Amino acid sequence: MLHTVNKSPMERNTLERCLQYAKKGSAILLIEDGVYGALKGTTVTDKVRKAMKDVTIYALYPDIEARGMQDRAIDGIKLVDYGGFVDLVAEHRNVQSWL
Amino acid sequence: MKFGIMVNEGPYTHEASDTAYLFAKAALEKGHQIHRVFFYHDGVNNATRLTEPPQDDRNIVARWSKLAAENQVDLVVCVAAALRRGIRDENLAEGFRISGLGQLIESGIQADRLVVFGD
Amino acid sequence: MSETTGGVEMQEDVSGVVKKFLYVNRKAPYGTIYALESLEVVLIAAAFDQDVSLVFLDDGVYQLVKGQHTKTIDVKNFSPTYRALEGYDIEKLYVEKESLAARGLTPEDLIVPVTLLSAAEMSDLMDGQDIVLSF
Repeated sequence: MLHTVNKSPMERNTLERCLQYAKKGSAILLIEDGVYGALKGTTVTDKVRKAMKDVTIYALYPDIEARGMQDRAIDGIKLVDYGGFVDLVAEHRNVQSWL
Repeated sequence: MKFGIMVNEGPYTHEASDTAYLFAKAALEKGHQIHRVFFYHDGVNNATRLTEPPQDDRNIVARWSKLAAENQVDLVVCVAAALRRGIRDENLAEGFRISGLGQLIESGIQADRLVVFGD
Repeated sequence: MSETTGGVEMQEDVSGVVKKFLYVNRKAPYGTIYALESLEVVLIAAAFDQDVSLVFLDDGVYQLVKGQHTKTIDVKNFSPTYRALEGYDIEKLYVEKESLAARGLTPEDLIVPVTLLSAAEMSDLMDGQDIVLSF
C-alpha cells in the first residue's frame, strides 16, 4: 500500500498516524507541506529514521526544492518527481491520502 | 494503467489542485490514461471560468481545460457541491461538466487506481 | 438525472464489478464541511452495490457522538443520518479504539452501534481495500 502525507508533522498528526498504520514493506510519499517530515534536525527526524527500517519513505523533490529544503533531506529518503509519484501509485494496489 | 483522480480543494489557496494537475500530466506523459478527474468539496471552484489570476501566475482553471482538450480527460464537477458554491453551467470553464456523485464511485470502479488530493 | 445514482446510468461494464471501498473519516463535524459531504458520497455509493466500509479515526469519531444540537449555529444536524445507513445496507462502521479513548469517549457515547478496532486491526482493514477515499 502507498500512503501519502501532505502536512507538516510539526502542525498535524498525519505523519505520526501514517507511520503507525503503514505496514512493513509499504511506501510513504511525502508531498506538499508533508515534505517537512523528510528533513534532518527536526523533532520528528528520529521517528522517521526509525520507521525507515520497515517502510520506504519517498519525498516529492519539486516540493522540497520549492521550500528551499534541498540540502536537508534525511539520507535514505528517496526523492522523486511527479513521474515517480505516478510510478508509486501504479506499483501499489491502493493509496491512502492522509489529509 | 487507468487512473481516477479526486480533487477536494479549490485553486490557489491549497496546493492540492496543483499537485493533482502535475500528477495527471505526468501520468499522461508516461502513457497512462486519466479516466476522470472528479472535483468535490471546494474543489468545484477549479471549474469556474470567472477566475483572473495575475499575468505572472499560473492559470489553474485554463490549465485543466487545456489538459482536457488535448487528452480527452473527463473533468466532472459534483452537482451538489457546485450548487452550494455558485458553480453552474453558465460559469463553467471549457472541458468541465457538472454531474452527480455517482461519477466518483463509477470512476473508482472503472479505474485501476483512484488518488485523492485534498487538504 | 437519476437521484438514486447521482446521475450515473448504470453501464454494462460497471454492473457486476464489486470492489472494496473504504471511506476514511478523520475530521470533526461542523468546523469544516468534509464530514457532511463525505456522508453524501456514502449515501450515493450505496446504490452501486459495492463492498462499503466506513472507518472513523482521530477527530472523525466526533462525527458519531450523541447529543448534537446545531440549531444555534444554524447548520443542519446530520448525525441522525448515520443511524439511517443500515437502511442503505451500509453496515460496516468501524471506530478506532485508540482515537475514542484519547477523547475520553466510549461506544455508549455514539449515536450508532459500531465495531471497535485497534489501530493495528484498522491498518489491516485499510490494506485490504481496492479504493480508499479519505476526507
